[in-house]
Amino acid sequence: MNVLSASHINKYFFEPEKFQVLQDVNFEVKKGEFLSIIGKSGCGKSTLLYILSTMDTDYEGTLEVNGQRLTGLPQDTLAAFRNEHLGFVFQFHFLLPEFTVLQNVMLPALKLGKYSNKEIEERAYEKLRLVNMVEHTRKQSSKLSGGQQQRVAIARALINDPTIIMGDEPTGNLDKANSGLVFDIFRQISHENGQTIITVTHDPDFANGSDRIIEMSDGRIIRH
Amino acid sequence: MNLKLSFQIAQTHLLAKKRQTLVAMLGVTFGIAMFIVMISFMQGVNQFLEDSALDASPHVRIYNEVNTQRPSILDQNRSSDSSVNVVYHQKPKQQLPRIKNGLQMVRLIEKMKGVLGVSPEVSSQAFFNNGPIQISGSMAGIDYPRENRLYNLDSRIKSGSFQALLTNPKGIVVGANLAKKLNVNVGDKVSVTTPMGGNLTLRVVGIFGFGIGTIDNIRCYTSISTVQEILGKDASYLTDIHIKMTDPLLALDFGQTLQKQFGIHTEDWGTANQAILAGKKIRNVMTFVISITLLVVAGFGIYNIMNMNVINKLKDIAILKATGFGSSDVVSVFLLQAIIIGVLGGVLGLLIGFGISYALSITPFDAGDMLSLKTFPVIFKTEYYLMGLTFGVITTILAGYFPSRKAAKIDPVAILRG
Ligand SMILES: Nc1ncnc2c1ncn2[C@@H]1O[C@H](COP(=O)(O)OP(=O)(O)O)[C@@H](O)[C@H]1O
Ligand SMILES: [Mg+2]
Repeated sequence: MNVLSASHINKYFFEPEKFQVLQDVNFEVKKGEFLSIIGKSGCGKSTLLYILSTMDTDYEGTLEVNGQRLTGLPQDTLAAFRNEHLGFVFQFHFLLPEFTVLQNVMLPALKLGKYSNKEIEERAYEKLRLVNMVEHTRKQSSKLSGGQQQRVAIARALINDPTIIMGDEPTGNLDKANSGLVFDIFRQISHENGQTIITVTHDPDFANGSDRIIEMSDGRIIRH
Repeated sequence: MNLKLSFQIAQTHLLAKKRQTLVAMLGVTFGIAMFIVMISFMQGVNQFLEDSALDASPHVRIYNEVNTQRPSILDQNRSSDSSVNVVYHQKPKQQLPRIKNGLQMVRLIEKMKGVLGVSPEVSSQAFFNNGPIQISGSMAGIDYPRENRLYNLDSRIKSGSFQALLTNPKGIVVGANLAKKLNVNVGDKVSVTTPMGGNLTLRVVGIFGFGIGTIDNIRCYTSISTVQEILGKDASYLTDIHIKMTDPLLALDFGQTLQKQFGIHTEDWGTANQAILAGKKIRNVMTFVISITLLVVAGFGIYNIMNMNVINKLKDIAILKATGFGSSDVVSVFLLQAIIIGVLGGVLGLLIGFGISYALSITPFDAGDMLSLKTFPVIFKTEYYLMGLTFGVITTILAGYFPSRKAAKIDPVAILRG
């Protein structure tokens, strides 16, 4: 079953001059798949991922997630969709620095409002246990190391049990041991929970360990 | 949109930057405090001036206007368009400022709606002699109980009493400054002469002070019959009727009504005290302008700080949006910060404003002997405080809205790309 399909995606940048970053990108992702996107720096991987994430709406072509066409929907509808169905892990771990680890993980669930605060807290603990960060729940997130922050970011991405978790070089800033940890978590959630993973990565080991690799070059997919 | 959640985030942001929050708050606090002090003090001054004018003057005064311009007999008999009559140096007719049927009028007006009190008077110019000194002034013959009801005479007495006028037909109560000039005290004798030549020797039974120079310098009170006697008039002779209303504002229309009903001249306090009313208007405008300026300055302070806040929080905004917060959530997070700053700063401003106003209201103020003012005049009214808080919160909402809007429009991709 396809959980995401992108067809004929074209994207241009107009600054400093008109330039086509993505050229007729077509691909599909199945439920529970662990997909890696690789390619040289500057080939358009991040740009593609931001389109898939629904945050970038300025593109040609169509994007469908969970059988729902997302192209052309208003920003606030997309925000609500992201909240419920998509999780993100960025390269620079991006936590809210003033909030505690627990609060960071709980926020998207509080926004979704599907569970009571108590249930959300329990779920947050569960996710933090999964990424091995339970003992740090009350710490302010800015006081954590890079690897720890990345694991908290993964817990946050998982809190609403999203269909797809996307990562833009989630291990790009981590050492070998931490990279291994993140890989294991991704592997586990895709195989045990049936959640789909799409990550951009530069790490060949990481890519080789995933279910499928898409390779890009100069804005095109050159290998499925 | 989840307001409780937005509030939690706003609160965390504010607490994380305590110093910045405090600075923004103090801007509002200062603005509101000054607003409260300004308005309480200015309105206090207005009230004081109005009170002192109204206290000592009637709301409506009935009198007979002595008009020396009368048409000549020639004009009355032989006027035509084709000819011009020339009469040189026509002498004014002998005319008395007597109000016809004054006593009946007093009784009628007293029963009318909205009338607090009516007091008949006989007034005359007078010269006061004490030995070789002669000073001009005015003499008012009053019916003490009625006049007291209008002007609260008993509270103006410095020594002696007004009551003595009732028992002592040759008694006189003299204005404080006039007494000083004449060098008389209670018990002393003063000789009074009218321009028509009447003369009486009266005994000072009291000295009063209104705190208004134009009155304390020249006025003295005695009984109606004494003035009638010195003028050589009968017991129905009255020159003035003073009226006080329950509401001073009613006086303006009431004067017109009386004019129509009795065919007499009236003057209301508004006409008699135009300078005070104009001054009040000017002070109101000034208060308004300064208050608005203070609030605008506070508003700019908040605007700047909120703008800085949004710029410092670009990453956080991008994360919130990436994880599914909509633009209304982002607006509410930042607008709530502005509102919290506005409300807390505003309430603190009200407290400080009240404190300063109170301190001002008990600060001794030496206005000299003339004015009956012991401390700065300050008015305390809930209205001003509600107004201050409302304006303060509106200003902060306006000042916070534009940065919040900007925050909501931020493109998360541009930020997350790094
Ligand atoms: N906001 C932008 N404006 C113009 N060009 C951009 C912008 N963002 C990225 N690019 C260009 O688009 C290309 C693809 O960038 P990106 O998707 O970040 O590559 P990758 O993630 O594969 O390294 C690069 O040549 C980059 O310089
Ligand atoms: Mg990239």
